Amino acid sequence: MKARVVVTLKDGILDPQGKAIEGALKSLGIDGIDSVRQGKIFEMELATGDRTHAEGLLRGACEKLLANQVIENFQVELL
Amino acid sequence: MKAAIILFPGSNREQDAIRAIEKVTGKKPSIVWHGEHALPSGIDLVVLPGGFSYGDYLRCGAIAARAPVMDAVRAHATRDGLVLGICNGFQILVEAGLLPGVLMRNANLRFVCRMQHLVVARNDTPFTSHYDKGQVIKVAIAHGEGNYEADAETLKRLEGDGRVAFRYCDEKGVVGGGANPNGSVNDIAGIYSENFRVLGLMPHPENLIDPLVGGTDGRGLFESVATLAKAG
Repeated sequence: MKARVVVTLKDGILDPQGKAIEGALKSLGIDGIDSVRQGKIFEMELATGDRTHAEGLLRGACEKLLANQVIENFQVELL
Repeated sequence: MKAAIILFPGSNREQDAIRAIEKVTGKKPSIVWHGEHALPSGIDLVVLPGGFSYGDYLRCGAIAARAPVMDAVRAHATRDGLVLGICNGFQILVEAGLLPGVLMRNANLRFVCRMQHLVVARNDTPFTSHYDKGQVIKVAIAHGEGNYEADAETLKRLEGDGRVAFRYCDEKGVVGGGANPNGSVNDIAGIYSENFRVLGLMPHPENLIDPLVGGTDGRGLFESVATLAKAG
């Protein structure tokens, strides 16, 4: 089974990289993008085919390593 | 004093830390590889040196914080052992949960490498007894992710309990403003654990040991630890 984990900064956490990208888009003349927040995507191949098991496994992976929960949220998607 | 320096793949300031400790205490620290499960016996101080452990992959310090040796470091801290995390070592300590908060990308997105003044917030801790309270010291900084952040509640607790160790200031000791190199909240350069025996800081006191290379303002930190270890 394939899975995707998306890690994003929590609301209210300053994202200087997102701000810089936002500025670069504006300077390219790409209008209409009000704000940019940068995050990370992890694409994974899982050994299991069981969705409940996969979900638990990935949540554990996020809590232990993939996300720093002081500043980041995560979302698990099973594909 | 018996000190151990933890070596991760990508650490690059361990020699500076070894030299600083040897110069101040006359004893060479042990080097402990990140894959070890135990520290040598009778260690007073564990140092997590600066560098770019695991190439800063994922988040700075994130992978090193989960290395096998970190369980032993955590146990050492639980036993009221002394732990010093410098630069990447500070990032590893927050990722390991031994200190609160997080070190974000510098607010101006630039790697800063320069001399920096700090004010010593208090001198009644294991790491600062050889300084004066409010003393301004000049040390080196070199980091891209030193922007300390914590949620409002954590920050209130840190400030309330006097757990800020050093703040960025100018040469006159005026804290913050243009003297803050990375956007750290409350101009925080270093913080203590609840029992004041774990210190994490972004600046490099270990580089300011010998007058030949710019000053000796970093010596006080190692002298303080050595004095305490001797007394203990």
